[in-house]
Amino acid sequence: MGIIRAKNLIYNYIKRDEEDKIEEINEAVKDVTLDIEEGEFVAVLGHNGSGKSTLAKHMNALLLPSEGTIWIGGRDTKAEEALLEVRQTAGMVFQNPDNQIIASVVEEDVGFGPENMGVPTDEIWRRVDECLQAVGMSAYREVSPNRLSGGQKQRVAIAGVMAMEPKCIVLDEPTAMLDPNGRREVIRTVRELNKKKGITVILITHYMEEVIHADRIYVMDEGAIALEGTPEEIFSRVEELKNFRLDVPQVTELAYNLRKKGIPLSPCILDIQDFVRELAEFRKQRVSL
Amino acid sequence: MIKLERVEYKYNEGTPMEAEALHEVSLEIHDGEFIGLIGHTGSGKSTLIQHLNGLMRATGGDIRYNGESIYKEGFSMRDLRSRVGLVFQYPEHQLFEIDVFTDVCFGPKNQGLPREEIEERAREALSLVGIGESYYKKSPFELSGGEKRRVAIAGVLAMKPEVLILDEPTAGLDPKGRDEILGQVARLHKERGMTIILVSHSMEDVAKYVDRIMVMNHGRLVFNDTPRAVFSHYKELEEMGLAAPQVTYIAHALKEAGFPMETDVITVAEAEEAILCTLAMEEER
Repeated sequence: MGIIRAKNLIYNYIKRDEEDKIEEINEAVKDVTLDIEEGEFVAVLGHNGSGKSTLAKHMNALLLPSEGTIWIGGRDTKAEEALLEVRQTAGMVFQNPDNQIIASVVEEDVGFGPENMGVPTDEIWRRVDECLQAVGMSAYREVSPNRLSGGQKQRVAIAGVMAMEPKCIVLDEPTAMLDPNGRREVIRTVRELNKKKGITVILITHYMEEVIHADRIYVMDEGAIALEGTPEEIFSRVEELKNFRLDVPQVTELAYNLRKKGIPLSPCILDIQDFVRELAEFRKQRVSL
Repeated sequence: MIKLERVEYKYNEGTPMEAEALHEVSLEIHDGEFIGLIGHTGSGKSTLIQHLNGLMRATGGDIRYNGESIYKEGFSMRDLRSRVGLVFQYPEHQLFEIDVFTDVCFGPKNQGLPREEIEERAREALSLVGIGESYYKKSPFELSGGEKRRVAIAGVLAMKPEVLILDEPTAGLDPKGRDEILGQVARLHKERGMTIILVSHSMEDVAKYVDRIMVMNHGRLVFNDTPRAVFSHYKELEEMGLAAPQVTYIAHALKEAGFPMETDVITVAEAEEAILCTLAMEEER
């Protein structure tokens, strides 16, 4: 059984009037069933309002299902006594780095989580060292977070979650507010944590280039999972993705357009190197003909 | 026209905490231009745009609006702020009225206009951003992220600015939402001749829409040229924490691999054309 598993998960936002009568029900998540294995890198795409963030908030019990069940590390999040365990299994990183940093010094911020969990002091410092190193921020450990760039702050926020040693990190648009360099830093960090430490990653994003290395992609639409597959499978459906208000990386779109014009490239190219290689092969074949 | 002459801004000037946010920035913004402003976080972009409508006051240098110094005695900052509209990052956080229509009326109401004019402007502004009448009486909080942002932009448009400055108007929006907002901004530019300054972290968006790019780095204006010319410095841009659109990298990678194509492409359509063109030429030979 996977580390995150949902069965027929439904979540309704309920709007009530002044007399507490139900005025409107908004089905944000509709009948989602999924299974994420430990160690996987899973990306979730979907337009604004497609239910991505609502789903993510179920992954560490910030929201509880209206119907259906979600199990985190085998625990049903609805069981009250499971709450602590669920939140230790899955940590969350949000969009705005400024809302997630609380301490006045980087190392204290990273140590805040484990300290709250009652981890012994020596162990806290060991974790702070290790996590700051893992996100490449050791040099800034005694710096005040307000002197960091957005990407650096976001890496500190990731280290803070890491210090609680979760098996799984859920990142809800961690790069939306960052400049290109900050985006690169954060995505590189997340990929390394997944590869080197085997941490399960669930990455929610609007940037298509960030998910080409994922093991699997879920595309959400109207609260349901509309597509599921590897990046190659998902990004080969250019027109369909555009209908879901999404896009493909520029290299994929370029290859797709050239293919339509009769250049025999693979149906889905995600990487610049692959594109260059395939075009070179095509030219070579043409010369030899 | 806005003209900056060696504009400087120092935080905490004259104290040990003094820090320079803008260093001798000189530039001109002409009527009807569509300009992209890029730079990494902390490069001085936001400080710069807040000077353009007088929210921040330069500690050195001068800013002229239509030839007149905005720091001259008797210059009306109030007037300047209605001519130069500034849409902040995440402007939807500033929606506060009970419904969409009232929110958009807030700006022109503060300008002291008569009621009919206020409502006419609000209607016009909302239609410019594609928000229909069925939304007028909705609470801003019932709208989706993209809709809220469009309402917030309408709130600035209702003041009929001559220059519209948008600070990362597409942050946090899905790809379609990004295209919709920028498409509407491009239409304002084209159909109304509005001068637009777009602050963005998306090089692909900037490449697609603007006539000229200004690049800020460490408080200095380091590039000020057409997108094509600016993105040809992609290596220097990377050193500044920026990048070029992905297609520019593709073109360079192809050229390095011995494919004799032009490398100055900045959009997917241009890259497609350049590749097809080069392939056709090769075939002829």
